[in-house]
Amino acid sequence: MAFKKPSVLPGFNLSLGYTIFYLGLIVLVPLSALIFKTAGLSWADFWQTVSNPRVVASYRLTFGASLIAAGINMLFGLLVAWVLVRYSFPGKRLIDAMVDLPFALPTAVAGIALATLYAPNGWIGQWLEPLGLKVAFTPLGVVLALTFISLPFVVRTVQPVLEDMEIELEEAASSLGATRWQIFAKVIFPTVWPALLTGFTLAFARAIGEFGSVVFIAGNMPMVSEITPLLIIAKLEQFDYLGATAIALVMLVASFVLLLVINLLQWWTAKRLGRR
Amino acid sequence: MSIEIKGITKQFGAFKALNDISLDVNSGELLALLGPSGCGKTTLLRVIAGLETADAGQILFHGNDATQTHVRERQVGFVFQHYALFRHMTVFENVAFGLRVRPKSTRPSDAEIKRRVHELLDLVQLDWLADRYPAQLSGGQRQRIALARALAVEPKVLLLDEPFGALDTQVRKELRRWLRRLHDEMHITSVFVTHDQEEALEVADRIVVMNKGQIEQIGTPEQVYDTPASPFVYQFLGDVNLFHSRVHEGWAEVAGQRFAAPEGKGALVYVRPHEIDLTRDAIDHAIAGQIAHIRLLGATVRLEVTVPDSEAVEVELVREQYQQNQWRVGEKVYLTPKNAQVYTDFSI
Amino acid sequence: MANNKIRRPGITDEAPWVKWLLTGIALVFIGLFLLIPLVSVFFEALRKGWELYLAALVEPDALSAVKLTLVTALIAVPLNLTFGVAAAWAIAKFEFKGKSVLITLIDLPFSVSPVVAGLIYVLLFGAHGWFGEWLGAHDIKIIFAVPGIVLATIFVTFPFVARELIPLMEAQGSDEEQAALVLGASGLQTFWRVTLPNIKWGLLYGVILANARAMGEFGAVSVVSGHIRGMTNTIPLHVEILYNEYNFVGAFACASILALLALVTLALKSWVEWKAERDDEAARIAANAE
Repeated sequence: MAFKKPSVLPGFNLSLGYTIFYLGLIVLVPLSALIFKTAGLSWADFWQTVSNPRVVASYRLTFGASLIAAGINMLFGLLVAWVLVRYSFPGKRLIDAMVDLPFALPTAVAGIALATLYAPNGWIGQWLEPLGLKVAFTPLGVVLALTFISLPFVVRTVQPVLEDMEIELEEAASSLGATRWQIFAKVIFPTVWPALLTGFTLAFARAIGEFGSVVFIAGNMPMVSEITPLLIIAKLEQFDYLGATAIALVMLVASFVLLLVINLLQWWTAKRLGRR
Repeated sequence: MSIEIKGITKQFGAFKALNDISLDVNSGELLALLGPSGCGKTTLLRVIAGLETADAGQILFHGNDATQTHVRERQVGFVFQHYALFRHMTVFENVAFGLRVRPKSTRPSDAEIKRRVHELLDLVQLDWLADRYPAQLSGGQRQRIALARALAVEPKVLLLDEPFGALDTQVRKELRRWLRRLHDEMHITSVFVTHDQEEALEVADRIVVMNKGQIEQIGTPEQVYDTPASPFVYQFLGDVNLFHSRVHEGWAEVAGQRFAAPEGKGALVYVRPHEIDLTRDAIDHAIAGQIAHIRLLGATVRLEVTVPDSEAVEVELVREQYQQNQWRVGEKVYLTPKNAQVYTDFSI
Repeated sequence: MANNKIRRPGITDEAPWVKWLLTGIALVFIGLFLLIPLVSVFFEALRKGWELYLAALVEPDALSAVKLTLVTALIAVPLNLTFGVAAAWAIAKFEFKGKSVLITLIDLPFSVSPVVAGLIYVLLFGAHGWFGEWLGAHDIKIIFAVPGIVLATIFVTFPFVARELIPLMEAQGSDEEQAALVLGASGLQTFWRVTLPNIKWGLLYGVILANARAMGEFGAVSVVSGHIRGMTNTIPLHVEILYNEYNFVGAFACASILALLALVTLALKSWVEWKAERDDEAARIAANAE
């Protein structure tokens, strides 16, 4: 088969050519620089850099907190999507629009707002302090910030699936004698599951790379509340380019793996929903 | 303007959509490309328009080779199956589009465009809809607007892809009569694609029956209906009953009736349901059977007769005939074919 | 999607108390995580009164940050817009090998951490980077200067327009474009008169999101900026500096501009969604009326 199917529409060479040129210039060449730069390190040096205890502690925090944040959002995201699709209440449109706030609000703004709110003397922090719950400047703060920025993903992937779901499916299940809870567990949930998982992975992928909203609330104590992206910046500021690059490569590989998982999930979702 | 199609072949991957198609469209005629879905009829129409490029073969417009001519310069009018009206433009702007995109030197003045568009909208009897958007029209109205838009550029050839495919039965019947009348007034060479044999028989001057990328038969509606060139054409143009027989000295015999047969041994005898006689009295050689179902279909009645050692036979009677004889389910009856088309193992 | 069917309660509905409970939890979650942080930004900014608030905004460093942010968005967004239209045209209107790989590559910048995005440009154009020496010799500054900020911003907003347009144009097919060509329109005429009007809402949607991200980006820009006051600070970076200097009113005042931008973005986005939905709805009603 030829590279391209013939078509009467014009502009294929121009548009594809420009697409590849621009993609190469902005994304591919710069990203390959990262890989070539790491090649300048010996394997032993590379391993020593990326397995240093302080770095490993940062992975644990970054990935752990991201996992918890994505998990929180999986649960509440499904609930919010359900409420937005199925129920009507005053101000629903406004709430629906609000869900996208974390996409629209710059991360630095979210960061300083959360840090101020949850500081021991902040609006919310002052109520948590007597309970012995410290949020700001602890790993808990990291989880909080990551939950904020990855909040829309699950809602926005689950919502359309719930909207498209035929009410007839539930009516059919009901006519066959299923209770409301059985319908949810056996009909609704399996339909939503691939989208829910996709949303979870998207939220997780976004959270591990996040920087702006976390640095203000985390306190950034080495070994305790220091995330990996911050560590890269710290290395850069000490002009340790190779160290920064090595850690960045680990992050990049994690992103690629997640991207692959997301693509597989979306392919699976499409197959499940019978879209061709 | 006449169209000559010479040896057109088109392949999509491993699928041969058109296999060496040759066909002449006479100037001023209304030609139907008829066949089941996937037979290549739409592909052929798109090749004629220049929307698709053939792998081999030539298209000649009025004797001039147009194979390499871009769709923009072919001066064809094309009506798309789903109309492809520009949804962000009013009906007026849709029809005016072909005139407005002309280079400045040949573009008519605004007043002239206005006059021409209204003339065309009058022709399709929809002038009162000029300021509406396509989304606000019914299917039949959209279809007529799509036609007016195609006619606005004064095409030498009009090509229509399943023009009535997306419409209700009622609207469909009205529109095809209207299209026939319009064609009789304008005499523009037209080719339309359809999978509906009734539509082709009613509207077209000539019918091209296609199957699996090849032409099965070309002829007037009478020719293709009365003397189908192949079992495929016979089956595609109406319901059939199939009897097996043998050829003996140029004749094939079914139920004591003899039908002219081409050279060959085993014969397939095709009989239309309305060409079978039904009696209560045992006639020599007639096929004995039993009525299994009776279905009333408006003006006609369809009876399913089970026959030993064979598939059930369908018989169609006019209502009056049915009522006179008072046929009942379970009755024993005798069948005699009045007319048949015979194909032998050689002619298939 | 409106379901106009009259539903018997109990079959496809929950008991009222379940409804209220679920709605309540959802609202508390949204309120706690989204609403309170948003409100607190404006509250903190105005804590010491309007005068200090306004003073923080008209301070020269703040103004120059606003200017740089606008300039950056003004360069990055149109470039990605052009790219998005070209990519969507090639991908949605033609069939070719390697299409899905190309789509994945276009999405790539979304999955790269902003900090890594900034770092790759440092590796290319920084003092110790691939082109560092050559740039130094010719006295061209990219890193710790405006070009670096623009580049990093282009990277993080790269896919926005393309990923809005590709599914939209794929769904629309190319029937209308073919009709235009048959009627004698040239390629450019077809694009301007037929394609563009059909994708305008998707285009605007992508631009709004890209703009919000371009103006608010922190991580990537922070790596390449060098934080030179009044020179290479965008608004988010300026917010950081003020906050770290314990100038909370100043930090929140500048943050409130960005929060306002976010609200405008959300409002515009809802408006575009509503417009596009209304257009679709009209088409659907007409189609059903046949």
